Amino acid sequence: MVQRSTAQRSSNPIRTPDKISIALIVNGVETSLRVAPWTTLLDALRDHLDLTGTKKGCDHGQCGACTVLVDGRRINSCLTLAIMKDGAKVTTIEGLAAGDALHPLQQAFIEHDAFQCGYCTSGQICSAAGLIAEGKAKSADEIRELMSGNICRCGAYPNIVAAILQAMSAMGCRS
Amino acid sequence: MINFQYARANDVADAVRMIAAEPSAKFIAGGTNLIDLMKEDVERPSRLIDISRLPLNTIEQTADGGLRIGALVPNSDLAHHPLVEQRYPLLSSAILAGASAQLRNMASTGGNLLQRTRCAYFYDTVTPCNKREPGSGCSAIDGVNRIHAILGTSEACIATHPSDMCVALAALDARVRVTGPAAERVMAFNDFHRLPGNTPQTDTNLLPDEIVIAVELPAQGFAENYSYLKIRDRLSYAFALVSIAAALELEGDTIKQARLALGGVAHKPWRDTAAEAALRGQAPNAVNFGRAADLLLRDARGYEHNAFKIDLARRGIVRTLTQAAQATPQSQSVKKIR
Repeated sequence: MVQRSTAQRSSNPIRTPDKISIALIVNGVETSLRVAPWTTLLDALRDHLDLTGTKKGCDHGQCGACTVLVDGRRINSCLTLAIMKDGAKVTTIEGLAAGDALHPLQQAFIEHDAFQCGYCTSGQICSAAGLIAEGKAKSADEIRELMSGNICRCGAYPNIVAAILQAMSAMGCRS
Repeated sequence: MINFQYARANDVADAVRMIAAEPSAKFIAGGTNLIDLMKEDVERPSRLIDISRLPLNTIEQTADGGLRIGALVPNSDLAHHPLVEQRYPLLSSAILAGASAQLRNMASTGGNLLQRTRCAYFYDTVTPCNKREPGSGCSAIDGVNRIHAILGTSEACIATHPSDMCVALAALDARVRVTGPAAERVMAFNDFHRLPGNTPQTDTNLLPDEIVIAVELPAQGFAENYSYLKIRDRLSYAFALVSIAAALELEGDTIKQARLALGGVAHKPWRDTAAEAALRGQAPNAVNFGRAADLLLRDARGYEHNAFKIDLARRGIVRTLTQAAQATPQSQSVKKIR
């Protein structure tokens, strides 16, 4: 990682720490990797494990494109240090389908045309998987509110909400 | 982000020892604010002390009928805890008005208290900011200050505290339990955060080698008559321009007790006990609510772009107290304001 000029302003230069070995269970596969303390979970997934389905949008927790599930809960991987999640189970967009059988959310996003450019889609789908697991959203209003951490600059929101409603029905989460 | 060392604390005493030994280190729990500030080079800790695995993640009833919330309880778990939903719905509502589902899953209770302002000049390292670089000046006072404070400001800083949760905690008369090298101590919520004065770089009265271990709630939760109304530029996932936490204890047509705190208007959650006292013994109607609002806003001062907040706050206070009195609290998913 390139140091920025602010680091050189410091009167007490910081020794570059050694990389540290961590283990993650990524999409069911136990994976060990060596990361610097400042490596985010997002960068670990994309750059160390070549799982580029998780997207870097804003890199500041404002857009939700980097959403993954950690121990079953949706989080922003850009604001998470990989080193802090040593031992955790991580599920990314690559881990949702069962072989060739798409996850109901993936199928519903296709059927409802719930994307245009697709850049936010993996984050939208992982976030929706977290939302369904949380079990708090029942109505379209509640889905809209609880999906507000995922921005879609193409404006596919109505179709995203429709896709999530369909997946909830398909998964027996909604009467 | 500059390079930094990393260490994991084994217990609370270990964490306190580590921070005392290295004042340029910082604790990290959820990281939602700190990592962001480090990416912007606003925060440049020499070391992160990971406290996220310390056993401070439980919610327990206390002997006096209140609730003790561990500092590491995630915001989402706190909002959805059955005892909080039933007895302190104002707190649940305020938490759910803030951030996004992802961030609430990550952010801790203690971290929410310690989050920094979202003043754009604080974030922009090429502009002067007394909070980021003491003595450099305040860019907001004569700059773009639409989101800034109208109460308790100083010539040095007009930043606001960004939390929703803390506004409810202020209204509910919470206490903050902290510990350090000396001993544990308990601070009244109103004594935890500071006004900027001449030292806006210091957000709270937590000492540099202290750590928040719990937030405690008294028994009275105002579960019948409460509302949290957050007014912002978009309907979700935005910081408050003005937010209002209101709670009433009614006896027939008389207010026995009132609580009123505002967010988005000051350097700390703004609770006004004089406005609360003025409501005591009064009928819960718009005239009396308006009087309380005028009292709360008596010293409000607008700057070039944020004077609208004074009117907005006055109307918001009347509306939120009305919602509380009518037992029709603001929904945080259906955003229509009734």
